[in-house]
Amino acid sequence: MTQAPSHPVLARPVLAHPVLAASRDALQAEWLKLRTVSSSAWLLTGVVALTVGIGAAVMAANRCPPGTTCLEDTAKLSLTGVQAGQAVVAVLAVIAVTGEYSTGMIRTTLTAMPRRGMLLTAKALLIAAAVLAASTAAVGASVLAGWLILPGHGFTAARGVTGLSLADGPVLRATTGSVLYLGLIALLSLGIGTLVRDSAVAIGTALGLVYLFPVVTAFVSNPVWQRRLERYSPMAGLNIQATTGVKALAIGPWAGLGVLGIWAVVTLLAGGLALALRDA
Amino acid sequence: MTSASIRHGRPAASRRAGGNAGAAFGCVVRAEWIKFRSVRGWVIGMIVAALLTLLFGVFLAGNASIGCGPTVSGRACLPKVPVGPGGEAVTDSFYFARQPLAGSGSLTVRVTSLATMISTGGHAGPVGQGPRNPLANMQKGLVPWAKAGIIITASTRQGSAYAAIMVTGSHGVRMQDDYVHDTAGLAGVVSPAAPRWLRLTRSGDVISGYDSADGKHWDLVGTATLTGLPGTVQAGPFATSPINNEVQPFFGGAHIQSGPSQATAVMADITRHGHWPTAKWTGDNIGGRGNSPGTGAGYFRQSGGVLTISGSGDIAPLVPGPGSFYPTATIEQPLSAIFIGLIAVVVVAAMFFTTEYRRGLIRTTLAATPSRGQVLAAKAVVAAGAAFLAGLVASVIAVPIGISRARNQGQFVLPVSLLTEVRVLVGTAAMVAVAAILAVAVGAILRRSAAAVTTVIVLIVLPFLLSVAVLPNGAADWVLRLTPAAGFAIEQSIPNYSQVSSLAGPAGGAYPLTPWEGFGVLCLYAVVALALATVLLRRRDA
Repeated sequence: MTQAPSHPVLARPVLAHPVLAASRDALQAEWLKLRTVSSSAWLLTGVVALTVGIGAAVMAANRCPPGTTCLEDTAKLSLTGVQAGQAVVAVLAVIAVTGEYSTGMIRTTLTAMPRRGMLLTAKALLIAAAVLAASTAAVGASVLAGWLILPGHGFTAARGVTGLSLADGPVLRATTGSVLYLGLIALLSLGIGTLVRDSAVAIGTALGLVYLFPVVTAFVSNPVWQRRLERYSPMAGLNIQATTGVKALAIGPWAGLGVLGIWAVVTLLAGGLALALRDA
Repeated sequence: MTSASIRHGRPAASRRAGGNAGAAFGCVVRAEWIKFRSVRGWVIGMIVAALLTLLFGVFLAGNASIGCGPTVSGRACLPKVPVGPGGEAVTDSFYFARQPLAGSGSLTVRVTSLATMISTGGHAGPVGQGPRNPLANMQKGLVPWAKAGIIITASTRQGSAYAAIMVTGSHGVRMQDDYVHDTAGLAGVVSPAAPRWLRLTRSGDVISGYDSADGKHWDLVGTATLTGLPGTVQAGPFATSPINNEVQPFFGGAHIQSGPSQATAVMADITRHGHWPTAKWTGDNIGGRGNSPGTGAGYFRQSGGVLTISGSGDIAPLVPGPGSFYPTATIEQPLSAIFIGLIAVVVVAAMFFTTEYRRGLIRTTLAATPSRGQVLAAKAVVAAGAAFLAGLVASVIAVPIGISRARNQGQFVLPVSLLTEVRVLVGTAAMVAVAAILAVAVGAILRRSAAAVTTVIVLIVLPFLLSVAVLPNGAADWVLRLTPAAGFAIEQSIPNYSQVSSLAGPAGGAYPLTPWEGFGVLCLYAVVALALATVLLRRRDA
């Protein structure tokens, strides 16, 4: 803290350590890019719209028939839209880095910010923050839609359905977990984008990772492999949405989210390594 | 302004008529093909699509060895499944009170009741064995497709040609023949207060079924022509009742409890016309115990003019799915990994157009071929051709290997005709090709790789995923009718039979639309996207 500033001529407030100053600059630069690219605002709006829209449509399609008890997991049901919203999250995160490669901006960026690890960290932090903010809105609106739609469709306490109260531990876990899930999808996609550098291939890979495992698992007849896929693929992260029948899941809610976290961290590290070693 | 004049000014090449225009288009296709094959990543992408589909498909298809005893598993467990006159695998087990009928004649009965018992403690789901204690824990319950009535069959061998008219648990009177055909007669549930008169008449190869609510006014329900029916056939009352599946749906799945059921019917006023050489009914448990989805139990009793007959099993085509008695596989099962290949193809096809915008090559392309519709069409042709080839290679190799693996593991692969097999193989490739066209068109509309790839994947894969995992049956069916995911129906090899309660969803190979309708829906999306892309491509500056 008492170290003398290395460049006293700089007029702006000086941070004690050059790395801290550089990281602040990196964050500012990345924030400026994210903020001023018109697609960012559209995509973040798209995350909310698609999540709430698909979620509401699925809720509208589900009905608890009169005179029966329903075992539906209403929290999970109201958060179905996350499966659609994650596609937009993936696009946002992927083009945050592949966009720079397609326009050649990456060379300017790396000239201005030669610390490549710091660059990727700044990107990751800002993308994650933006996605978490949009996801909070999307998940909140989805739960609100659940409050409005589900009781009218027979999902009431009288039918054995647990309420959709945020004061309820599992429901709170499902909602906050869904926000974190989308944040991790953003990091995973950012890692893939950094690794692959091409928008189309990166988005194909990212969507393949999130959508193919559940589809393929539906076809797997071998229970051992089915369980393996449910436990170790990125789709394990969606277990965080479960509020009923948690014991029957192949992997617990938080452990599942942890699996997705490992996928995201490993991909991001691989992307960072590739960024550090390759020519831009 | 200059771009506008270029757009509307028609070049000499396209002003030429007839065959020259065709030759010009050929040149455009050739140009696009050169672009396609000279980008290494795209060719590799298509090869990767075929390889992933192939490897994962084969791996996923034969991945569950069936055990049918303490030490027996795999191929040794393959069940002996009867095959019907049309070549399809069938279930053929019922209790039959029969007499030979020589030549033409008719049989009439009055059915006064049909009661069904359901086993709740029997076997659950597809296992290679019959229930351990078939008659344990039987209780009254409604089985919609329990059936009892009269049947004329070529022989008592399982899989014989037949025609029958029957009352059912909750589908009224039906006339059925040769396992796959089913026609509705009088509606309503049979009871002593509302009996049903049933009549079958044979004249040569033609069998007609009639029903009546009062024994006086008869309606023809249907006729069946059973070619090659022997002179003397077996005819008489029968009763049978299929495996009953209790489905308790919950979000993301369903608890299924399966158990055999038993139908008992009471019939009276049995009237025969024609030449019936023996005067007595002979009881026969067709299918018997063991190789039958029923309880294996059955009997008939006759006192006075009243005949009570009780049987279990089914006379119907064998369908795949969790309710199936045998561990069955379908020929399209090894193609389940087509989703993986599809994503790779979509990425390449979308890039095939969007890359031109990113690199600015589109200006050169449009300068060389000012007819913009032709450029789009040529790109669609090239992408579809490459995708078709990748899909065909994958399916033609994956299916034979996959089904032989499934067989070696003891799964009964439901037989289909050669024509159906060709449709599944070529249709899968065609579906991938149409998806590629859709991706090219969406690429031309959106001009951004990420947006185009995401749109197409979300349109095709997400609806399938939602309909398999989270949507209730009705909504899932609509999603698979209205979205491009309907195209996967082209892979369905075993048709949906309304007369069999099947639990097979799309993952089990049952789609709400017929194969060609589903494929048509996907094509419609591609055509609309192409039309929109053409309009936008002509209007916008490149």
